Amino acid sequence: MADPAGFAEQAMPYMSALYAAALRMTRNPSDAEDLVQETFLRAYRGFEGFHEGTNLKAWLYKILTNTFINQYRAKKRRPDQVDLDDVEDFYIFRRLGGLEAAEAARTPEAEVMEGIPDSEVKEALESIPEQFRMAVILADVEGFSYKEIAEILDVPIGTVMSRIHRGRRALQKKLWDYAERNNLRPRVESATGG
Amino acid sequence: MDCEHAHLRVYEYLDGELTVWKRQAITRHLDECPPCAQGFTFEIDLRRVIVSKCHEDVPSELKIRIAVALGIAEQADPASE
Repeated sequence: MADPAGFAEQAMPYMSALYAAALRMTRNPSDAEDLVQETFLRAYRGFEGFHEGTNLKAWLYKILTNTFINQYRAKKRRPDQVDLDDVEDFYIFRRLGGLEAAEAARTPEAEVMEGIPDSEVKEALESIPEQFRMAVILADVEGFSYKEIAEILDVPIGTVMSRIHRGRRALQKKLWDYAERNNLRPRVESATGG
Repeated sequence: MDCEHAHLRVYEYLDGELTVWKRQAITRHLDECPPCAQGFTFEIDLRRVIVSKCHEDVPSELKIRIAVALGIAEQADPASE
């Protein structure tokens, strides 16, 4: 049983991460603010039921996710569809010439990704289908384990893996589309010998 | 372990979700196969880039709203004197 007085101290440090996730999910700053505030209020009210020593961060994300699903998702009934049939593993890396052009000390391909503006990366993440998006945010941005994500989203681990996989592919496709449209390529090093 | 099998497990490997044995088999393959090793490295780099570009600053107004809602900032009410 957790002490409500300690709630703010323990939960406040997660506000920034929760807000970023809320923005990616709602795609709208004022909805994101309301979602985070509602999450904190619900968490505060339910804090006595939270077991000290268990994962507070995961618990907060579960509340955020449930609140989002119940209050915000109903607003938009856009079918989430994305054609990923032609998106294979290492999608971007292959297209940037990796896997064929080996033996470099590090990946210049990653520098290409560094050249994509923040706003475009956020937009790419926000464009992927909702249920995949949440799984990708929880795994890649927040670093939760598959088991934790399964508990947060209340789905089996196999579903988590499939959503993360498909979400990452969708994200790579979006980022690659941007790179290709803007002709971003790895810089070719002049000194290839040695 | 060949390239194709290593690729099938790339995400589970990078997510730290494989058993020790499967993990070691892939690590051995990566030691022997620079193109695969770079592909895996790229996926790690990409994730790092995405995380670094998705940072958001919490609006100070939201921090105050939440503090008030939780009753931490009662002094925000000027009528209380």
